[in-house]
Amino acid sequence: MDVKNHDTRPEMMLIKKIVKETETIWTFVFEYELGSRPGQFVMLWIPGVDENPFSIAHDDGSEFWLTIAKVGDATEELFKLGEGDKVGIRGPFGTSYEVEEGDHLVLLAGGYGAAPMYNVAVNALKKNCKVEMIVGARSEDLLLYEKQVEALGADVTYHAATDDGSKGHKGYNTEVLEEMLAADDLEGGPITRVFSCGPEVMMKKGAELALKKGIPSSVSLERYMKCGIGVCGQCCMDDTGIRACKEGPVYDGAAALELSEFGKYHRDSVGRKVNW
Amino acid sequence: MANLKVKFCGVEFENPTVLASGILGVTAASLKNVIKNGAGGVTTKSIWLQEHKGHANPTMFGTEHYFLNAVGLSDAGIEKAEGLFAEYGAKGERVAPIIASIVAGKAGEFAELAEKVVALDPDVIEVNISCPNIEDEFGIAFACDPLQAAQVTEIVKKKMDEIGSKIPVIIKLSPNVPNISRIASACADKGADGFCAINTIGPGMTINLETRTPILKNKVGGLSGPAIKPIAVKMVHDIVKTTGLPVIGTGGVMTGEDAIEMMMAGASLVGIGTMVYYRDVGGFGEVVAEMDAWCEKEGVKDLSEIVGTVKM
Repeated sequence: MDVKNHDTRPEMMLIKKIVKETETIWTFVFEYELGSRPGQFVMLWIPGVDENPFSIAHDDGSEFWLTIAKVGDATEELFKLGEGDKVGIRGPFGTSYEVEEGDHLVLLAGGYGAAPMYNVAVNALKKNCKVEMIVGARSEDLLLYEKQVEALGADVTYHAATDDGSKGHKGYNTEVLEEMLAADDLEGGPITRVFSCGPEVMMKKGAELALKKGIPSSVSLERYMKCGIGVCGQCCMDDTGIRACKEGPVYDGAAALELSEFGKYHRDSVGRKVNW
Repeated sequence: MANLKVKFCGVEFENPTVLASGILGVTAASLKNVIKNGAGGVTTKSIWLQEHKGHANPTMFGTEHYFLNAVGLSDAGIEKAEGLFAEYGAKGERVAPIIASIVAGKAGEFAELAEKVVALDPDVIEVNISCPNIEDEFGIAFACDPLQAAQVTEIVKKKMDEIGSKIPVIIKLSPNVPNISRIASACADKGADGFCAINTIGPGMTINLETRTPILKNKVGGLSGPAIKPIAVKMVHDIVKTTGLPVIGTGGVMTGEDAIEMMMAGASLVGIGTMVYYRDVGGFGEVVAEMDAWCEKEGVKDLSEIVGTVKM
């Protein structure tokens, strides 16, 4: 039995730079050869406080980014840190979004989901894909990664959808996807693959639309995680028992639709079912 | 192919590997997935009467030689367990036997808990009196004191008699005692039907050199993984020799040969947990195949023949 490479102790890493996307959403930049694939996550440890999973927004081989929203006690503490401070990192863990050469790709992102989708876009360009990134948010000021995506060039288009109509399509981003899949004169040809990351209802809709169209899709499963390494069983999903941290987070869309809890419920820190 | 079937306290297992408590045991779907991957049986995560919050993260990590955890026995309580057993299936419809692990902070609570767990009709009840992580909250673990270990055993067995349940009751023992035989025989005297041994060792502590703090949020945690196997093998042997009762030998089993070794020491079943970290869940089937290959090589037709055959 090979027990090499089984060290999952956290490694302390310097916060090289902090980019404030909004007041409550910051991107933390780490100078480190992480060697991750898009869609994977790391466990970020704030010593003495907590450790939580975060998906990777960018990894160019020499540095990686984590885009994090201030939403709870742990991130509250994280936002007190500054450039030059250190946090613990373990990973990368989990599965990734994989494209095929020349895909015409839709990246359906809701809220913070835009960050890992940016990571996918950067990698997809290396495989000569054409990318339609459809980002949904409540309002314009909450749309993430617009500037970064536009800087990627002509092969990536940023489509906004806002609840209040302050930018782009007024309504859900899945409506934009639906139109795109229905169009027979789409520039760059028909969509060949749909990746989604964000609220589960949005990803469910995205996977359903792709299935109906007969094209492959992937979603990013998000469940309460403890260990991140496939041992504790906290993030197992019904009714196949797959682990969001190991068989996921990136999971085939059609297979996700077969999971009885997908889009319906998740579990809290003590394993009790909670409806979405 | 050798006959790998084993009888433990009257319950038949397709093969001797059993998922240990605390790993992949939160949901019925996960337990069934472990069976699908080759285990002969499963143990639930320890069930409390009421909700019990665990520790914050980090709760576990591994290295090449050992694994350290302090999850803190998080559980939603008996109502969640009712849902889990309903989803796992009734006796006769089950994919494999299920062992209900129960835990309480006070000896008296074990009576009510045992009664409620009997209603779920598990194949075996495992009384967890040994988790070192709750010592901070409740003082010394029951498993570390022969009188307290005996008291808990008596409370549970008395309740079983009272309600007329025939479900076997085994006691999960802690290795963190000077003489495990003493604890085991104290439990055996009060009617324990068998044992599961060992729980994690320690607690241990690992320090991050940069922060100069322990890595685990709980600072200390139970040690498992490859390094603890010799201790488990020795203690399983001691318990069987002293009590003659069946034991689920648990601790550091990573391979089929490790499992064979545990059975030679006296274990009827082999508990497997941390292996999942090193070989993933598919490792169950691999361990079973390795046991079978060993039997083939050694000309062993019936695996249960090797139980307790170590020459001392």
